Amino acid sequence: MLLALDFALIIEKLVLIIIVVMASLGIAMYTTFAERKVAAILQDRRGPNRAGPFGLLQPLADGLKLFFKEEIIPNLSNKFLFILGPSLAMMTAMMTSAVIPWGDKVHLFGRDIALQIANIDVGILFVFGVVSMGVYGIMIGSWASNNKYSLMGGLRAASQIISYELAMGISLIALIMVTGNLGLKEMVVQQQNGWWNIAKQPFGFLIFLVCSFAECNRTPFDLPEAENELIGGYHTEYSSMKLGFYLFAEYINMFVSSVIMATLFFGGYDCPFVDESTISQGWAAILGVSVLMAKVVAFLFFFMWVRWTIPRFRYDQLMRLGWKILIPLALFNMLVTGAVILYFNK
Amino acid sequence: MQALTNKAQQVDRRPMNLLERMYLPAIVKGMAITFSHIFKKKPTINYPEKTRPFSPVFRGLHILNRDEEGRENCTACGLCAVACPAEAITMEAAERKDGEENLYKEEKYAAKYEINMLRCIFCGLCEEACPKDAIYLSETFAPADYQRKQFIYKKEEMLIPHPINEPEAYAKARGNKVVTSQ
Repeated sequence: MLLALDFALIIEKLVLIIIVVMASLGIAMYTTFAERKVAAILQDRRGPNRAGPFGLLQPLADGLKLFFKEEIIPNLSNKFLFILGPSLAMMTAMMTSAVIPWGDKVHLFGRDIALQIANIDVGILFVFGVVSMGVYGIMIGSWASNNKYSLMGGLRAASQIISYELAMGISLIALIMVTGNLGLKEMVVQQQNGWWNIAKQPFGFLIFLVCSFAECNRTPFDLPEAENELIGGYHTEYSSMKLGFYLFAEYINMFVSSVIMATLFFGGYDCPFVDESTISQGWAAILGVSVLMAKVVAFLFFFMWVRWTIPRFRYDQLMRLGWKILIPLALFNMLVTGAVILYFNK
Repeated sequence: MQALTNKAQQVDRRPMNLLERMYLPAIVKGMAITFSHIFKKKPTINYPEKTRPFSPVFRGLHILNRDEEGRENCTACGLCAVACPAEAITMEAAERKDGEENLYKEEKYAAKYEINMLRCIFCGLCEEACPKDAIYLSETFAPADYQRKQFIYKKEEMLIPHPINEPEAYAKARGNKVVTSQ
């Protein structure tokens, strides 16, 4: 039975998983650095530029600082759940990166290796389901802290995420109506051969963008982390690596949201003016990955740019926006898309 | 009620129009403003590679002066120690021996002269009190250190370099010092 296992496939997927996880962690680390640099540049100052050349070792210093801090577990907290919270947040943040197509195929060691860990038919649905599970990380962490401020912060965060998931889902339905299937790889292939989905669903993209800001707890929806309103929000009682996990999970969420938006609406690893069939497969794969990374960097810069521009929403304004404005707009978008598809299919 | 000044502004309490309620045009305008800040000049100074220029009367670290022949000016009269509001200066006087005429200007000199930089408030009263133009405050900052003991500066650390033996160091330490009339 053991010999019937396709070891090559297992090893291939394992290597791919390791690479993707390491890359996610590395990119999240340097996103924290980029956040500080972009914040500084937008505020007429320089960012950290002392730790290493141009401050590039700053994330290392931050990580080491978090390592050396004391691991506190409050006496009256639920110890198991206290540790489970950040772990869940990190796990769901990483799991979403499993279905993203990072590039086209590569031909190595006599095999065609697809640069995607799991090419499942229901790619988007999987992403959506895992993102919904991300709420648990925050909720469990805030409740297990045995702290009123954490609980309030966690409740606000959970209600915010749940409310904006609805509008996100409905805008995705409109997109799926246009593309015809749920798999992420097929979507990218379709965008390679035709127009990018942003041209077919601009309004849907706008709604999806606003909702992904809310999902990542980013300004203007960063009420769960508003220190001046909630002391610390759901991570008041956390220190050292558990706090590091929460903060990291937020940045990984941001990274994965950027990749998903780039894949769904902006063509993923498709380079717009290059016909991939003309260049060799290895170069096409490298080009695809770099183009995807460029799009992700642009989106991350956009996330940070918005953060340092606008103030945050008050809680009731946030809820009103999610339920009374975005859901009707998303429904309207879906109806219009359906009508247009019906008209063109006649 | 009569208004006290003519600067009163009527608060704009009109309800938001459609364009304002959409938030997006205002957000885009704001983002354009922040984007323009990327290309503006940053006022940050890369210390310690560059330093902010100080005025000539800036009160920094103390320097014990010498005259043109290189002899120490200070006679350990104690006026600076009396004038110091933070009691940071301590000294011990000594008598000049026969062979030391080129080292000290007068017959009495300071064998030990210590300033505790942690107590010093850099007010400059010692500079004003000195009758011999022996102590003045230069343009250097007090550098950081790990131990309190290191902040008690001895005479040798504060003495200006010899004008004849080390002219460049002397000129550099003299800096842009404005000589106040005695």
